[in-house]
Amino acid sequence: MVRLYEYQGKGLLRRAGVKVPPGRAARSAAEATVIAREIGAPVVLKAQVFITGRAAVGGIKFAENAMAAERVAGRDFLGRTFRGQRCDVVLVERKLNVAREMYAAVVVDNDARMPLLIFSSVGGTGVEEIAANHPEALVKRYLDAARGLYGYEARELARRAGLRGRELVAVADVLVKLWRVARDAEARAAEINPLVVTDEGEVVAADCRVTADDYAVYRHPELDVQVAREFDRPPTELDLIAYNVEKDDYRGTFYFVQLAEGFAPEDRCVALHGAGGGGSMMSMDAALAEGFKVANFCDTSGNPPASKVYRAACILLAQKNVVGYFGSGSGVASQEQFHSARGLVKAFREVWLDVPCVERLGGNQEERAIRILTEYTKDLPAPVECYGKDTPARHCARRLRELVDGYDYGVRHEKPPGLPHNSSYSFRTVTGGTVSYDYARCEGCDSKVCVADCVPQILKLEDGRPALNIGAEEAARGRCTECLACEVECRARGNGGGRITLPIAGLHEYLKKTR
Amino acid sequence: MSILVSKEDKVLVAGITGREGRARTRLMKGYGTNVVAGVSPGHGGEEVEGVPVFDTVAAAVEAVGEVYAAVVFVPGPAVKEAAVEAFAGGVKLAVLVPDRVPIWDAMAIDAAAREHGARYVGPNTLGVLSVDKAVLGMVGGRAESAREWFKPGPVGISSRSGGITSSLAYYLGRAGVGATTLVHVGGDPIVGTPHQDAVRLFQEDADTKAVVMFGEIGGSQEEKVAELIAEGVVTKPVVAFIGGKAATEGTRFSHAGAIVEGGRGTYEGKVGALREAGAIVVDDYDKVAEYTLGVLKDLGEV
Repeated sequence: MVRLYEYQGKGLLRRAGVKVPPGRAARSAAEATVIAREIGAPVVLKAQVFITGRAAVGGIKFAENAMAAERVAGRDFLGRTFRGQRCDVVLVERKLNVAREMYAAVVVDNDARMPLLIFSSVGGTGVEEIAANHPEALVKRYLDAARGLYGYEARELARRAGLRGRELVAVADVLVKLWRVARDAEARAAEINPLVVTDEGEVVAADCRVTADDYAVYRHPELDVQVAREFDRPPTELDLIAYNVEKDDYRGTFYFVQLAEGFAPEDRCVALHGAGGGGSMMSMDAALAEGFKVANFCDTSGNPPASKVYRAACILLAQKNVVGYFGSGSGVASQEQFHSARGLVKAFREVWLDVPCVERLGGNQEERAIRILTEYTKDLPAPVECYGKDTPARHCARRLRELVDGYDYGVRHEKPPGLPHNSSYSFRTVTGGTVSYDYARCEGCDSKVCVADCVPQILKLEDGRPALNIGAEEAARGRCTECLACEVECRARGNGGGRITLPIAGLHEYLKKTR
Repeated sequence: MSILVSKEDKVLVAGITGREGRARTRLMKGYGTNVVAGVSPGHGGEEVEGVPVFDTVAAAVEAVGEVYAAVVFVPGPAVKEAAVEAFAGGVKLAVLVPDRVPIWDAMAIDAAAREHGARYVGPNTLGVLSVDKAVLGMVGGRAESAREWFKPGPVGISSRSGGITSSLAYYLGRAGVGATTLVHVGGDPIVGTPHQDAVRLFQEDADTKAVVMFGEIGGSQEEKVAELIAEGVVTKPVVAFIGGKAATEGTRFSHAGAIVEGGRGTYEGKVGALREAGAIVVDDYDKVAEYTLGVLKDLGEV
């Protein structure tokens, strides 16, 4: 559930006709002074970070003139962190003369499965505190998403919360507009706290928090959401790299979030590769129970193609100083597990895995998955063990601990030079990958495992060499499912003539910078 | 008996001509589900796995008569349309497999279900499987695996995780504990048949003697089950395991519904509520089968 910054939420309110203080977002001190001059001092500066209680940690400050605004923005806001969150944007607004504070919100109530409108004529604090201390001021009403909210209903709500006269009318107007903002943006929540009555008698939204729905932002370009996923901090570089993999590939799920950064080997952080929400969660518990920390949370499930698992593994292994790789899911997966095994093999061979790995690939076709993962990684520097549904996650975590404890991390392992590859024939895949064959190698291959093991069966032999039996366009549209057989199986059982390159945008640069 | 689906129930598959639709129709038919029709706009007149395909639900119903359940395999953004069409066509149960269904779409689906007096499972569900009878969705993945993994018996299984649904049934079966029906309630914050509804259905099912539940942090489904037990609505034994013990406030997992917010939906809160109500909460997942076996022995069911 991706959160919008205050200034973005206020933009939505303004467009819907709700009064917000004049002002704009600044990304530099110079910009802050321009804005302060435009709107006229005194101004308030507000750090655009996702924390509550900003004032208490210096995230809200006032400036008497434009010069002061520049100084305060540069010195106290931009580039500073507030409870771990870096502030890159500061909102500069006209200072309000606050007479009273109120509260208004539209939230999706998951239990009632309906939107809920909440209003309180007392505000400023959290809604729970309001409910506890001023129950008489708090009113709630469930709304029918299709029917919406009539003005008279909003006025009646305002009356029940104790408002009268012009204030009642002004607040009811805000409620109807807030409802529209929430509905039009398909927000999970849209909250104005405080909704302020100024000394001049105006009703103004002094703060605004909108939480958008990850699954709906694709049809809301106006929200300008870059990463449709909630972080309690701005996304890390790896978070973004992973998100872009997922965004461009609808097949299966790849969820990744970094939980630790800048750790040392002594911290005993492992790369965690789960499968399935519940299984991943339990795998994390199992790793923690063995004294590990987890560098990340990751889940590839929902029948992902081998290429997605490969990309996930590459991203996980880009985390510097992890001491091991722990993969475990629910244990009895409906998906065909050999796809995941192939993805892991390709990644492990490319990075020349030098930390121990324990994988639990229980579920459909697990015997095949276990064979692929263990046999095709035997020559790697680090041990790779793989288990199926009859081995509990906790046992696997214990095995990883034993392997990590017995492993010599002091030895550097040079990756041996790969086979030379001269592409004789190639085609593109749906995620921008390239499959290519070196026919000089294919000549001497009797296995033709590329054709036999191709999951979508889109290859044929032409003069004893692999080629598409469908159009290249069709392959690139997704008929080639990137099952990775024609590289992984070919290297292990054929002559090594097949190669698949699967780009991961930004990963190469990330590795160059961090290694 | 079983809950939600049985052998005779007529089933249609929405999105039957897609990648998942085709593959899972094979699974469902192979396991014994009475799949009578498929719906895929623009594909009317085709056939998938021997199942006739229609352009609309109404056309399907005209041809094959009233249909009990619809299993939906269309991309997330198209699920609302498919679900509401199914309800309008008289379908009593919709199983919404896809994930990434926008939350306002989920609310619209809910409103339509209420209007038509229908039920839905999901979104973001592997589905429902009544052992040796029928499967709606993709529990088990392949018919032969589903037959091998899931044994018939007296336990109802309700889970917020798809993988764990199968995993629980398999580990219970290995310990000699079979199941009536497996329900994956779905991983989203809004689901049509949350734990408390599934557990109620198991309470009403004569063949189900005990319920095994996999809960997760976030939301209030497990607390609602605790309420039902405390109120005496649910009297059958409930054995529960709650995932996400290690999570702290705000930690995000891949299930959108699994998050602790504002101090609610915590591991401790759920375990406490369930224990206080009289449910058995197992700390070690690997011991769920052992505890369940104990419960059944006490009931004289083993």
